[in-house]
Amino acid sequence: MGNLHSVSKALEMVGADVVITSDPADLEKCDGIVLPGVGSFRQGMENLNNLGLVETLNREIIERQKPMLGICLGMQLAARFGEEEGPTEGLGWLDADVLQLVPESDDCKIPHIGWNDVEFDEHNPLFKGIRSPASFYFVHSFHFVYNLNSVMTSTCDHGGTFLSSLSKENIQLVQFHPEKSQDIGLQVLENFLELV
Amino acid sequence: MLKNRIIPILLLKHGRCVKGKQFCDFRDVGAPVTAAKVYDAQRVDELAFLDILASQEERDVLLDIITKTAEECFMPLSVGGGIRSLDDIKMVLAAGADKVVINTAAVENPDFVAKASQHFGKANIVVSVDYKMNDKGKREVFTHSGTTKTDIDAFEWVIRLEELGAGELILTSIDHEGTMAGYDLEFITDVSTRLKIPVIAHGGVGTLAHFKEGISVGHASGVAAASIFHFTDQNPIKTRLYLKDAGLNVRI
Repeated sequence: MGNLHSVSKALEMVGADVVITSDPADLEKCDGIVLPGVGSFRQGMENLNNLGLVETLNREIIERQKPMLGICLGMQLAARFGEEEGPTEGLGWLDADVLQLVPESDDCKIPHIGWNDVEFDEHNPLFKGIRSPASFYFVHSFHFVYNLNSVMTSTCDHGGTFLSSLSKENIQLVQFHPEKSQDIGLQVLENFLELV
Repeated sequence: MLKNRIIPILLLKHGRCVKGKQFCDFRDVGAPVTAAKVYDAQRVDELAFLDILASQEERDVLLDIITKTAEECFMPLSVGGGIRSLDDIKMVLAAGADKVVINTAAVENPDFVAKASQHFGKANIVVSVDYKMNDKGKREVFTHSGTTKTDIDAFEWVIRLEELGAGELILTSIDHEGTMAGYDLEFITDVSTRLKIPVIAHGGVGTLAHFKEGISVGHASGVAAASIFHFTDQNPIKTRLYLKDAGLNVRI
């Protein structure tokens, strides 16, 4: 699903041993899990269901609290519900909805594609070594709607503020693409590895 | 606030970068992976690879180039050339592209755009529209790298593409392409102000002022070019500094 090659190469670049897998046994053995993803919410959940991975992901990430990074669609799938290509139930790890981005201004184009400033708390472990705000690369039309402020780690503005990353216990979710955000993106991935 | 993107375009043929004028007289301008690495070092906002032959054999070469580029360059890549099926899209994305660029297949089978958008999410589906002014003074869509006329009106076509679910458009004026005389600003403005999806201007950049016009006059979300980077001493770093000085919202 999606941009696995880029994500794995970027993780290797910052020192990870990476296995691209859909095998539950590999997910049990590894120290951390990265769920990337390009595609629609509906298709993403269908893929996880067809691969029989939902149960394994729940066990490894929710029960066993393995460090997890969700990127773009991989962030969105952690929600309980997504509306892209029809109402679809997500993994439901957070009581959040994934809804269409609706900018307040007509000047803001949808999909939200390109580099945008992300504002974050510089003390957050995922953003260690990066000055806020910093530009990250985005490609999406839907966003993660979650109103528990305590877990937000960054926000971004595109005709209105949206949640660009969050951190809840072992789960790190980012809407932007660290694997495509050059030096600062690699820094985020390296920071994630330190959490593993 | 979302930045305006500066996008170098690398045209590929038999695994080499080429550059022509008005879609003809292609010259060899180097090895693609090497070129990509140079652009990555210059921290470009995005790079587009477009294969002009778009045949089956050519696609394997293209996949190899993307795979190798994605191993070393952690920047956004848009890739087109011979994208005709959902499997083609899957392969290109899996190799390291963020967005796929569809051109001829969209005209031959508009439903393909809708299917691709439903399957992969519209944000990853770009349609490239090549057009030329015909003798009736209308902009007409051309396919097969500008070799085949279609009788389709370019403005009607871009409206249809948005309805079908295209997530972004690259507009290339064949008349302007490679001339270094500036973008077709009239059309870019009309399309950018009419559509809600991002529009990338392409074809004709010869000076840094042309990039500026594409954004400030044309309202393009991104400005693409090839010749200026291949054949002059301008590069993306100078371009973004120039645009920043001109008061535009670009990434530094």
